[in-house]
Amino acid sequence: MDLRYSDEEIAFREEVREFFRTTLPNDIRRKGILGQRFNRDDIVRATLLRHERGWATPSWPVEWGGTGWNAVKQYIFKEETYIAGAPEPLGFNVNMIGPVIIAFGTEEQKKHFLPKIARLDYWFCQGFSEPGAGSDLASLRTQAVRDGDHYVVNGQKIWTTLAHFANWCFLLVRTDPTAKKRQQGITYLLVEMNTPGITVRPIITIDGHHEFNEVFFDNVRIPVANRIGEENKGWDYAKYLLGHERGGVARVGLCKLRLQRTKEFASRINVDGRPLSENQSFRERITALEIDLKALEMLQLRALSDTSHARAGKPDPMAPILKIRGSELQQATTELQTEVAGYAAMEFDADFVGGGAKPLGGEDWALTVAPNQYWLRHTTISAGTNEIQRNVLAKSVLEL
Amino acid sequence: MDFDLNEDQRALKDGVERLLGDRYDFEQRKKHMAESDGWSREQWGRYAEMGLLALPFAESDGGIGGGAVETLIVMEAFGSALVLEPYLATVVLGGGFLRLAGSAAQRADLIPRISDGSLLLAFAQAEQQSRYDLADVATAARRDGAGWVINGRKRYVLHGDCADKIIVTARISGGSCDRTGIGLFIVDAAAAGVSRRGYPTQDRLRSAEITFENVRVDADAVIGEPGAALPLIEQVVSAAMAALCAEAVGAMTRAHTVTVDYLKMRKQFGTTIGSFQALQHRAVDMLVQVELARSMALYAAMMSEEPNALKRGSAVSAAKAQIGRAGHFVGGQAVQLHGGIGMTNEYMIGHYYRRLTMIDLQFGDSNHHLGVLARTGGLLESAEI
Ligand SMILES: Cc1cc2nc3c(=O)[nH]c(=O)nc-3n(C[C@H](O)[C@H](O)[C@H](O)COP(=O)(O)OP(=O)(O)OC[C@H]3O[C@@H](n4cnc5c(N)ncnc54)[C@H](O)[C@@H]3O)c2cc1C
Repeated sequence: MDLRYSDEEIAFREEVREFFRTTLPNDIRRKGILGQRFNRDDIVRATLLRHERGWATPSWPVEWGGTGWNAVKQYIFKEETYIAGAPEPLGFNVNMIGPVIIAFGTEEQKKHFLPKIARLDYWFCQGFSEPGAGSDLASLRTQAVRDGDHYVVNGQKIWTTLAHFANWCFLLVRTDPTAKKRQQGITYLLVEMNTPGITVRPIITIDGHHEFNEVFFDNVRIPVANRIGEENKGWDYAKYLLGHERGGVARVGLCKLRLQRTKEFASRINVDGRPLSENQSFRERITALEIDLKALEMLQLRALSDTSHARAGKPDPMAPILKIRGSELQQATTELQTEVAGYAAMEFDADFVGGGAKPLGGEDWALTVAPNQYWLRHTTISAGTNEIQRNVLAKSVLEL
Repeated sequence: MDFDLNEDQRALKDGVERLLGDRYDFEQRKKHMAESDGWSREQWGRYAEMGLLALPFAESDGGIGGGAVETLIVMEAFGSALVLEPYLATVVLGGGFLRLAGSAAQRADLIPRISDGSLLLAFAQAEQQSRYDLADVATAARRDGAGWVINGRKRYVLHGDCADKIIVTARISGGSCDRTGIGLFIVDAAAAGVSRRGYPTQDRLRSAEITFENVRVDADAVIGEPGAALPLIEQVVSAAMAALCAEAVGAMTRAHTVTVDYLKMRKQFGTTIGSFQALQHRAVDMLVQVELARSMALYAAMMSEEPNALKRGSAVSAAKAQIGRAGHFVGGQAVQLHGGIGMTNEYMIGHYYRRLTMIDLQFGDSNHHLGVLARTGGLLESAEI
């Protein structure tokens, strides 16, 4: 056992840093550092940069564009992405639909979709949740009826993140309403967003930004060829990802960047004639967060290097723990930023938060912190709420 | 000790709640917000009709003679409906200076106009560097004949964009954070040299940054003793913090009620989510925080009228610290227990979380007040324990 990075890993980290330092456009970096939202073009540009270097989809098998890096290198790469202020790879593409197609797609589907997914020619959104089916996803009701070579889909999806940027959607539909278990009548489909009958309606979130949408399906015809795997087996494919996603959920690097920024803010703010950064109580609180973050990071690295659970076919306790703790720290770090910014956090400048070049009059560093605090409330809700994560741990790991 | 409201207070509470019940549901609030001021003048007129704008002023000044408890009643109801109108800025802050230290002429001139709804005030105190330190004033007032000339830049002036008159703190003498040498001036917002940039805040109230460039005021624009205004400022800010605590309690209570209703209605896994014990306990923990916050808001209201400045300040700081934390927990969990819908701007619950977060920042967040209390010797006197 040696918990330090090897010389090779350190050299790799330098290589990644150098890559972002030399290639990432300044306007994108600036948004990342200031906590502004990336637009579609920013995410595409960052993806293409990585793609050119062969780094768009590190975790995929080498034959489909993976890098063959070990888990630690993949982790380093992610960390450096955040610290550089770069947009992360689009999770829906790289961590979700890509791996599902690799595991369950036909050869034709792999050949057609994977290269386009990696380059972001195809931008996928995730059409799982419905108004009546959130935590209880298996109760979903969007219906697909077979009609020759097509499925005809009717229903509604909701909370569909970045559907307004997407040109494709992977969705779960009910194909057998009579199945004994609800999980058994579900099918996994891929659909192009410009297919007639699809309507996307924006939903503005509590930070005032447009992040997610409602998506309506009105007699939408989807070729059977765009089905993943077998009819009525879609639940298994969707579940395949749950519990496998150990690597990306904690976003330690994002918290590191935020804490670093918080210290910078605090050094510019005077309290009782001294910088806030020298205030003992403040330092203790920021240090406590650093300890929390280090513990999470060591857990993350441990989880990445230990795959014995997967080999033994046992439920993996690590993914839910990382999700719970990672989301809590995302929230705690933004709350601290709002507190440090104080009154300066109060101004709502929607344009600047959304990526505008110049604030209307407030301080650029302070304008994003409260909206980000509000927005990050979602981390304990999306991708399986923290309550559901705790249920999973209690039931399948503790067997309670 | 008596925690019961008297008959007049109960009538006031019923009256405000009824008015807001009729005029301030979440959809109506959206309409008020869409008005050009970001709030409703019509609503303001209704508050005037009900006497809310005259509430804290002495009967001899044409007011109703209400105290901190009356303000608490109004603010709690306002918090519950997330009222947007500039009550804190005009009546509690601006009105606070006038009722406690306004000259007879100032009171006679301004209080009737506040009461009938025709005059809006704002309190311009914070500056770029000042954070929550009320003594940190760089804006300068220089004597000029019988009057004064004011120069400086004020930030984060709650409802400063619509105010007709601005009550400004300015340094007359001394170093940047000295406790003495601060004056309070009533400045006409239309006066030459006043420029403002108004903006929405995260909770969609309004605020402004205001620049004073060689703004001339007459001698009678001074409130209280020129150069000795800090104790008065602290007293009025304490009253405003107590009012904010009450507003937070109203917001928390409503956020909790709405959440509990949602738990009873929303179904997942074939049953209401309120049947899950994890959520039951969370809702109960929220209730615990709401009740503690309510108790501290009452304590703050009572102590905001305490003549001893140290005792008053400590008590109000304690309430602000406790309520800031409670608001964060209750607001955050209200969003959490709603799931996806809690994250939307269309639905009300996120607005409560936003407002509660901003209330925490106003006049100093929880940790700030913890620091204040720790420095001034804590809260409990050994004799009382
Ligand atoms: C920002 C954001 C982005 C999202 N993006 C997408 C997307 O791109 N695609 C997509 O398909 N979905 C997306 N979602 C939806 C997300 O997966 C759901 O919000 C989530 O599964 C919760 O479902 P719900 O919102 O219906 O809440 P509900 O399931 O109704 O939950 C409400 C509350 O009840 C709790 N609860 C529910 N069941 C239990 C239980 N058994 N025990 C204890 N507590 C319970 C929950 O934890 C929550 O606190 C997104 C959500 C958010 C907030």
